[in-house]
Amino acid sequence: MQKFILARKKHITIISAVLILTAFVSKLAFGNPYIFELTMIIASVFGVAPIAIQAFQALKVKVVSIDVLVTVAVTGALLIKNYEESAIVTFLFLFGAYLEQRTLNKTRSAIRELTEMAPESALKLMENGEFEEVNVDEVAEGDILLVKTGAKVPVDGTVLKGEGYVNESTITGEPVPVNKTAGSGVYAGTILENGTLQIVAERVGEDTTFGKIIELVEKAQDSKSKTERFIDRFSRYYTPAVLAFAVLVWVISRDLELAITILVLGCPGALVIGVPVSNVAGIGNGARNGILMKGSEVVQTFSRVDTMVFDKTGTLTSGKPRVAETEFYTEDPDEALDYLASVEKESDHPLARAIVEHVGERKSCTVENTNVVKGEGIVATVNGHRVAVGNVALMERENVPLDDKMRKDIERLAQSGSSLVLTSVDGELKILMGIRDQVRPGVRDNLRKLERLGVKSLILLSGDNQRTVDLTARELGLTEARGNMLPEDKSAYIAELQDKGHIVAFVGDGVNDSPSLALADIGIAMGGGTDVAIETSDVVLMNSDFSRLPHALGLAKATARNMLQNIAIAVGVVLVLLAGVFLSDWVNMSIGMFVHEASILAVILNGMRLLGYKRR
Amino acid sequence: MSMQKAIIQLEPLTCPSCMQKISSAVRALEGVDRESVEVLFNSSKAKLNFDSEKISVEKIADAITALGYEVRKTQVKPV
Repeated sequence: MQKFILARKKHITIISAVLILTAFVSKLAFGNPYIFELTMIIASVFGVAPIAIQAFQALKVKVVSIDVLVTVAVTGALLIKNYEESAIVTFLFLFGAYLEQRTLNKTRSAIRELTEMAPESALKLMENGEFEEVNVDEVAEGDILLVKTGAKVPVDGTVLKGEGYVNESTITGEPVPVNKTAGSGVYAGTILENGTLQIVAERVGEDTTFGKIIELVEKAQDSKSKTERFIDRFSRYYTPAVLAFAVLVWVISRDLELAITILVLGCPGALVIGVPVSNVAGIGNGARNGILMKGSEVVQTFSRVDTMVFDKTGTLTSGKPRVAETEFYTEDPDEALDYLASVEKESDHPLARAIVEHVGERKSCTVENTNVVKGEGIVATVNGHRVAVGNVALMERENVPLDDKMRKDIERLAQSGSSLVLTSVDGELKILMGIRDQVRPGVRDNLRKLERLGVKSLILLSGDNQRTVDLTARELGLTEARGNMLPEDKSAYIAELQDKGHIVAFVGDGVNDSPSLALADIGIAMGGGTDVAIETSDVVLMNSDFSRLPHALGLAKATARNMLQNIAIAVGVVLVLLAGVFLSDWVNMSIGMFVHEASILAVILNGMRLLGYKRR
Repeated sequence: MSMQKAIIQLEPLTCPSCMQKISSAVRALEGVDRESVEVLFNSSKAKLNFDSEKISVEKIADAITALGYEVRKTQVKPV
């Protein structure tokens, strides 16, 4: 019976509305007060049934819920024969609950979209050698699975055979598909855009990176800040307190109607729901944009950050050395480049790889008598010519003459923090290349955005030498830059900043900077969804896209503001209504219930604005 | 004692007092580890550890259904 009634709350709401309308029509059309009252009584009893059941269940587990307040109020109104009010109050309460559910579902859409991306089935290699579709829960570690074009990768694993392009945006936020061949790792929840892969399962279900992300986001949305815990405690005593207050008013004033009105006005709905709603919308927006914020405490602290400390390699710079400048001292640069490429192709030195990548496909020449000079470079015979590729010391060893312009170029490139690679052919210098780890595109603009969002100091800490660090700092307009820092020096420096009263965020790649990430008020990991990054930091930028950082900070600030607005709306409404009751006579039960439900919708709608937050 | 972890997916929760009701009701059950009960409001899930020799996940789900909340899916895992 109870279940039957509760399952039909929506129907009851509609019936109650129809009855109330009928009552008013009959009163206006026929002027018959008996039919009017009778219909209103039926509407009240109908409407209060599900509320009373919920109230009773709550009392059974010793919780004084809003339902209890409403049930007592409606019963009281029936007793003093105010049937119109009792009917309208129950209807508004039911209708409000329905609207709340609808709008809350919208606010939660971001997280729901995420969970819906979880893979549900997999093609598993069975004992008979055939692939069969099974539920993803039935896949165990070590199983061999087939992934076809367009399908989701069901688990974390390694490619056994096949080739294809996988869209990993669910994990890394990176929209460009990644090529996968035998030996590559694949993540659950990513989509194979073309090709066919056979993979061996390594982590399944909640242990996969995707599973962990979902769990984190779910937990984050429900994690409570100090303010929220306070509101929780507050509301546990608040509802019984309202009940007691109403009884007190009744005893003193002997005015039952006033006491009942206070019960209705005292419902704490907006206060209790306002903050979680901001939270779910803010964190949901982040999750959709590749920003993982671990809970509302993190959002609060992040919104107050005034100092940001950056690691250099892999954070401000791409972490991959690239050829930044090239000078030629020859009439025929193509020939020299062919020789250079042929020599460098045989080496796996990072500088050699940067050069091969830079010069692209070249005509290949025969390379003989390759001789590696440790710490200096390579000397080899290419197409019968003696070619030396290496640093200045190698050129001196080879007795390569350097004229004034060459010396100046070398000096200039060295000043800019580049590693130098010189190429000589038959004792004459032909090419000079400056290779350095370059600043990521757009970092400068994004740093300015951070300043506009209220970050006062931008500080660079790096293990590189002071000269390189100073150059980067000047190029990017940083407040301060320190070189030659070991991981423990960095965390000591952060502690020093905190002692001076700064709220410090540390931005690193999440692998070698764990102490700093943990120590800073907010640790921000720029990681491609690695386990370490997810676990040690407070905020994770899922792909290493630096432009997400201003979005993250702006979102944290907007979310913190939104929570304050919601608390203000909730408290303000209760104060205004209470003042209305005692100081004037425009507030009655129905208006009280109406305003109360409206305020709940107002905080939910206000929270929903965060879903559309975009940083321009 | 054979403790297991249950994850119970509920209908979307809309009022925070629902959380209080559900968690007090589940905590009161014999065989449920009181400390482990966690009701997540926004994802509408209940997570808890229970002793499978004393109570089954179906019984726990029944207790929640009896309060008037629909249980959509239950999942049991070793702790």
